[in-house]
Amino acid sequence: MAGHVAGQHVDVRVTAPDGYSTVRSYSIASSPNSDGRIELTIERLPNGEVSPYLTQELAIGDRLELRGPIGGWFVWRTEQTEPIQLIAGGSGIVPLMAMVRSRGFSASTVPFRLLYSVREPGAIFYRNELLALSDHNHSVGIAYAYTRAAPKNWPRPPSRIDASLIADTTWPSNLVPTCYVCGPTPFVESATDLLIASGHGRDKVRTERFGPIGERK
Amino acid sequence: MGTISRGFTGRRSLADAKLPPGQYLTTDFPVLSAGPTPHIPLDRWEFVIDDGTNVLRKWDWKSFRDLPTETITVDVHCVTRWSKLGTSWEGVSIDTMLADVKTDASHAMAQSYGDYTTNLPLKDLRNKQAWIAFRFDGKDLVPEHGGPARLLVPHLYFWKSAKWVRGITLMHQDKPGFWESLGYHIYGDPWREQRYSGDE
Repeated sequence: MAGHVAGQHVDVRVTAPDGYSTVRSYSIASSPNSDGRIELTIERLPNGEVSPYLTQELAIGDRLELRGPIGGWFVWRTEQTEPIQLIAGGSGIVPLMAMVRSRGFSASTVPFRLLYSVREPGAIFYRNELLALSDHNHSVGIAYAYTRAAPKNWPRPPSRIDASLIADTTWPSNLVPTCYVCGPTPFVESATDLLIASGHGRDKVRTERFGPIGERK
Repeated sequence: MGTISRGFTGRRSLADAKLPPGQYLTTDFPVLSAGPTPHIPLDRWEFVIDDGTNVLRKWDWKSFRDLPTETITVDVHCVTRWSKLGTSWEGVSIDTMLADVKTDASHAMAQSYGDYTTNLPLKDLRNKQAWIAFRFDGKDLVPEHGGPARLLVPHLYFWKSAKWVRGITLMHQDKPGFWESLGYHIYGDPWREQRYSGDE
């Protein structure tokens, strides 16, 4: 697989002994790097067909069939110089984390802000890594939104992101950032409406919608 | 056959037999778009057929809705691998919209509000293969799914069914649209699994 750009994904094919196979797409979590390895972060869905296998059964040394990297739109390249606003809902953090890591790996000083919305504190992916970033100069400005349960003494009661949170924690539109929004569809619809309402151009907002796939209702 | 994944058993479904290769069935209706959902007021909506220079035909919402419509039930297949069977739509056949248009164009670029584009051979839009759809599942098409009206071309991957469609530009040669310029297949036949530009 050729080197990737932050934000791209791979298609993972799993095949049962009788030849039945199925494919799922997962965002690459790792930065483009020189050692030829990639990291995928996979959320285990209780009724999933593939994620329980990949997160619980797969063992070191097992072989996986991948195709990719795929994607030319929802990507951040180190040549971009404009400020970047990342907005993640739940597991939508994965491709955005690849962008954050890519920025770090290339020692970029492009101004990044991340607004990361989760149900409750335990649901934060990459917690320690994000904490370390917050402590560092020239790093990424990170804000959290908790929708079901917030940490003790958190200044906002648990709630979805709204106009005031966007105003308080994200780049103002007059800086003309490129915005990347990733997460479940309702989250993405809401976050992008808020960004547009606060003055960002429609062409400055890129979206990627995640979700469980397969039989749901 | 692919690399066997040690310990994977999978979950087969009876419907798998009717699906194009690499697809699985969903009863959901996922939303995938590159950017924000446009919201177009009906009193400003229009649909234009042009040849890149001249407007050949134009409709506003009222004149569009005066055209004869059809209700169709089709299967849709997304390049991200979900397929939804038996989806019900109401729309105007592209054959109706092209009825008075004289052209020797070979291809078409569907144009959408929000600047999305996708290209198709003109013959794939003719002969009961394509519609401008404005109702889904018995209700007005919502903006998230491309409302007020979207192109519907079920025999190709669903990215060719341009949401928020506002017109068709007739062309004498093929040219890649939005996703086709970003690594997706120029034609997109799900039955030949033409997902990405490298695919046969």
